[in-house]
Amino acid sequence: MGTTLPILILAIPFTMFLILGIGGVKMSRKLAGTLGILANGTLAVLAYIVAFTYFFSGDAAFIVDGVRQQVQVFDVTWLAFTERMVVNIGFLLDPICAMMLVVITTISFMVHLYSWGYMEHEPGFQRYYAFLALFTFSMLGLVVATNIFQMYIFWELVGVSSYLLIGFFYKLPSAVSASKKAFIVTRFADLFMLIGILVLSYYVSNTPADGPLGGASAFNFLMLNSQPTNVLASTLGATFMSGSVLTWAMIFIFVGGMGKSAMMPLHIWLPDAMEGPTPVSALIHAATMVVAGVYLVARFFPLFCIVPDSLTFITVVGAITAFYAAVVACAQIDIKRILAFSTISQIAFMMVSLGCAYNEPIEGVHYSGLGYMAGMFHLFTHAMFKALLFLGAGCLIHAVHSNNYTEMGGLRKYMPICHWTFLFGCLAIAGIWPFSGFFSKDEMLAAMFNRHWFWGAWMTMVAGLTAFYMFRMYFMVFWWEENPKYKQSGHKPHDAPWQMSLPLIILAAVSLVAGFIPFGEFVTFNGEPYHIHIEPQVAATSLTVAVLAIALATFMYAKKNPLPSKVKNMWPGLWTAANRRFYWDEIYMFITHNIIFNIICKSIAWFDRHIIDGTMDGMAAVTQWASVKIKGMQSGSVQTYVMWFFFGAVLLAAVTWICIL
Amino acid sequence: MFSNFLIWFVIVPIIMMAGLACCGNSNMKAIRTVMVSCSTVLLGMAIWLVCEFLRLRGAGDTSEMLFTGSWMWYEPLNIHLAVGVDGISVLMLLLSAIIVFAGTFASWKIDPLPKNFFLWFALLSTGVFGFFISIDMFTMFMFYEVALIPMYLLIGVWGTGRKEYSAMKLTLMLMGGSAFLMLGLLGIYWHSAPEGGQVTWNILEIAHNNAVDPSWQNLLFCCTFVGFGVLGAMFPFHTWSPDGHACAPTAVSMLHAGVLMKLGGYGCFRIAIYLLPSAAQELAWIFIILTGISIVYGAFSACVQTDLKYINAYSSVSHCGMVLFAILMLNKTAMTGGILQMLSHGLMTALFFALIGMIYGRTHTRDIRQMGGLMKIMPYLGVCYMIAGFASLGLPGMSGFVAEMTIFFGAFENADMFHRIFVIAATCSIVITAVYILRVVGKLILGPVQDEHHLQLTDASWWERLSTVTLILCLAGIGFFPNWINETIQQSFTPIINALNAAI
Repeated sequence: MGTTLPILILAIPFTMFLILGIGGVKMSRKLAGTLGILANGTLAVLAYIVAFTYFFSGDAAFIVDGVRQQVQVFDVTWLAFTERMVVNIGFLLDPICAMMLVVITTISFMVHLYSWGYMEHEPGFQRYYAFLALFTFSMLGLVVATNIFQMYIFWELVGVSSYLLIGFFYKLPSAVSASKKAFIVTRFADLFMLIGILVLSYYVSNTPADGPLGGASAFNFLMLNSQPTNVLASTLGATFMSGSVLTWAMIFIFVGGMGKSAMMPLHIWLPDAMEGPTPVSALIHAATMVVAGVYLVARFFPLFCIVPDSLTFITVVGAITAFYAAVVACAQIDIKRILAFSTISQIAFMMVSLGCAYNEPIEGVHYSGLGYMAGMFHLFTHAMFKALLFLGAGCLIHAVHSNNYTEMGGLRKYMPICHWTFLFGCLAIAGIWPFSGFFSKDEMLAAMFNRHWFWGAWMTMVAGLTAFYMFRMYFMVFWWEENPKYKQSGHKPHDAPWQMSLPLIILAAVSLVAGFIPFGEFVTFNGEPYHIHIEPQVAATSLTVAVLAIALATFMYAKKNPLPSKVKNMWPGLWTAANRRFYWDEIYMFITHNIIFNIICKSIAWFDRHIIDGTMDGMAAVTQWASVKIKGMQSGSVQTYVMWFFFGAVLLAAVTWICIL
Repeated sequence: MFSNFLIWFVIVPIIMMAGLACCGNSNMKAIRTVMVSCSTVLLGMAIWLVCEFLRLRGAGDTSEMLFTGSWMWYEPLNIHLAVGVDGISVLMLLLSAIIVFAGTFASWKIDPLPKNFFLWFALLSTGVFGFFISIDMFTMFMFYEVALIPMYLLIGVWGTGRKEYSAMKLTLMLMGGSAFLMLGLLGIYWHSAPEGGQVTWNILEIAHNNAVDPSWQNLLFCCTFVGFGVLGAMFPFHTWSPDGHACAPTAVSMLHAGVLMKLGGYGCFRIAIYLLPSAAQELAWIFIILTGISIVYGAFSACVQTDLKYINAYSSVSHCGMVLFAILMLNKTAMTGGILQMLSHGLMTALFFALIGMIYGRTHTRDIRQMGGLMKIMPYLGVCYMIAGFASLGLPGMSGFVAEMTIFFGAFENADMFHRIFVIAATCSIVITAVYILRVVGKLILGPVQDEHHLQLTDASWWERLSTVTLILCLAGIGFFPNWINETIQQSFTPIINALNAAI
């Protein structure tokens, strides 16, 4: 493949960011929107060409003996720290990257189109498209990274585009603080990632690499992944707190992914990030950026496999997060928050799946490619149906001007397109055959059962919860009882304009059929095709659980009835705690505000002003005091001088006399 | 003498002063003409110098300093006016020229006494440029003092708030540093040659002789490092910085934080470390502790300030602490990062202070509690402030990121536990920086408008735009294409690293 297409894929969104960012003020909305959509459409086409060439051309560069290869399309030096540590900016094409290209550009294009209708009346329309372009650029840069450091660079850039977009309605204090929270929490996680990279780069750079990639930089993925055991052998020897250095490095790097992917306990920013415009939530906080953590684990998978402890860590974090988020989602009333917690839970699903992709060695092979493939598969399907759900939620919010389902109810008659597409999304996420979620979730659960029955059972339970809370929301919004306000006001809710409905229909169609893609033929851990086969037991179990959960939700919420409030009143403490997200925000607020800000920062500032600066001022004061005291001696009175002269003379004489004696 | 290109970096500011002296007291047009033309010439010269330097290096000229020249000034003490530049000084000259250029436009409407203001401003620039071209310790020290003294008047006369107190404090503390420095320099001078040889002030000769007695080195190292460290805002000698910056007029803050504080870092490696390498190896740990404290302490202090200038002054303490911290890591990568951080911090802080001056000129307050939502009122300045903020918190694509990463990766090469702990503490500053930057941005630029009166304010004028755009372009330029600068700096560190390695 030539370098033209890959370069264009990165250049188009960046150029568009500059054009819209600098010139946007002078443009009309129409021009800015058209430019943004056109550029993004072109980008999507280019990305599809690249992905299709990669998967289907059969070119010897991409596939050798049925094994898909990792190809560095280009790789140019950006900054050379030392001879061994050279930061390159490049374009690495491999299965997961090609898949991500498709996901990002598709969703981004849908969101561009959708926003054309959704953001129509918002001030700062041009700025909005500029930020979207910046985000698309950063996210693409992240997935095509050829080395850890490039990934870190774009990792930070997606963070900042997320900050800008969450705070898009910058006049609202809540949006400003949400954006700040998102940036700082993810930055905190990135700190760990940076330390992990530092550790990794140090130990890698100390190892002589003699091989085909001997000259490659210490950061390069190909080098890290090709002969990891040899290259990193030395790190296994060095230990720190009873873990090898590599274990620590990989856990630290994963913490960075926990921040971006909103894993417990760093999840607190994602629900608040819903303050941003809804299409942004669909693009960034459901489909692309938040799965960066999963992508990170997939990218570093060979390294994680060397230190299985870190994979166990990932599994545990994922399992706890998935359950926690699912429980919290059952007790929210803001539909975007429900979707946010659902996103957290689903991403955690992928994490567990990746964590379970490592098995006890069977005939010397450690990897069960299933978990890896399934995690990636779910990433793909989840991006589609979750974006669909968010965009649908946007239509609802657009129609009733509220985020809470208490203001909705009975909307199925007014918004048929939204209703059907939303239902498709719910069925997909609940894992009902033949929707895409069924296939990916089934593979994931099979992988988890392979690892240990506990993980499989645990995650099946989470899958049940997922089906329950999604249908709870679906019924509360579209069934339950029609909100009397619709009839009273002349403004009846209605389906959104075509720019908004078209993406919904497209995504709903994709959610329906994506499960039939033979995903294992394309994306696997080692590039060799993996033939998917449905495990009947697992499929039957998960399907039964999902159907039961949906039935329960139907029973409770399909028509207005007192049962939900009865259930709620049975355990009021639990409901409140879940509704308040088990008080994580309060705990963080206490630590950051009361301890760090009020105690640490304020006392340091006080110390600086009063002790350090006080010492300096004190030195000046002492000097001045001394000079005031001494200057009295220079009185100008001759008598005093004579007296001092006399005393001095006597003193001298005395001293002389004593010395002579 | 005048055929040497470098000497013109001192002559042009002197011409600038002469030109200003000829202008009428309140003839703004003439004053601006002189200032703009001379600062443009300086900027042009600096750019030409960089190109020429890179060309010569590319052509294979590997001598340590280029454009060297030396003229006897005072024979009995062997004082020369000796000039020469390596990659680092070339970049520092460019930085100074950029900031003088931007500062000229930022103080377009200075009042009162514009002529006198620019006269002192020009004298300050003379000192700065002279310092960076000198390779004779005595002339270096002289230019250093020339750069410090005008600060007293510039703050005392044109400042705001408790200006007399701050001017006095700043001058006295820096003079105190100079006293240590003089002691150190004299010590180096007397030990600069082997027994019976001719003692010299020339840095290259001293380094070549490498004759400073190890028993003396430790004392001299402490003197020079503390002397320069005071100007580099090293804990606990940094308190002149918040007060001084808070009271200084815009252009002076820019020049001071942008360039003058760099004199400290520059001196530290050019004199303290290069000339006293074995002491540097032995005593670096003391100063690593101090600068490590600076980094974290400055950042934490900045979190609770409410005055915009105090926030940036403390942020400077943190960032300049990073410069000295990097230099003390004593390896090429980290030291290169230190120089990058100097460039980055210079541009970024200059931009910050310029913007604060512009905002203050409109709202007449620097208290962030009394302002809010400026993005709606003055979008241009708001966007620039956010860009400066992102540069400060190390966003990729801006120079700060490149500098910090180079420092961290370099510093991490020192494998012992002591260094590791301090490096990890220093990396924590990237989070704290994000906290205080976003706190200010959230309160000042974003959010609802606090004060109804602010709604009438206007956005930036053309000279303000010119000044900020120059700085932003430079910040992004380094951020996007760091490698040529990186290579230039790394090359220039070779002799220093060799000296350090020889001293182990």
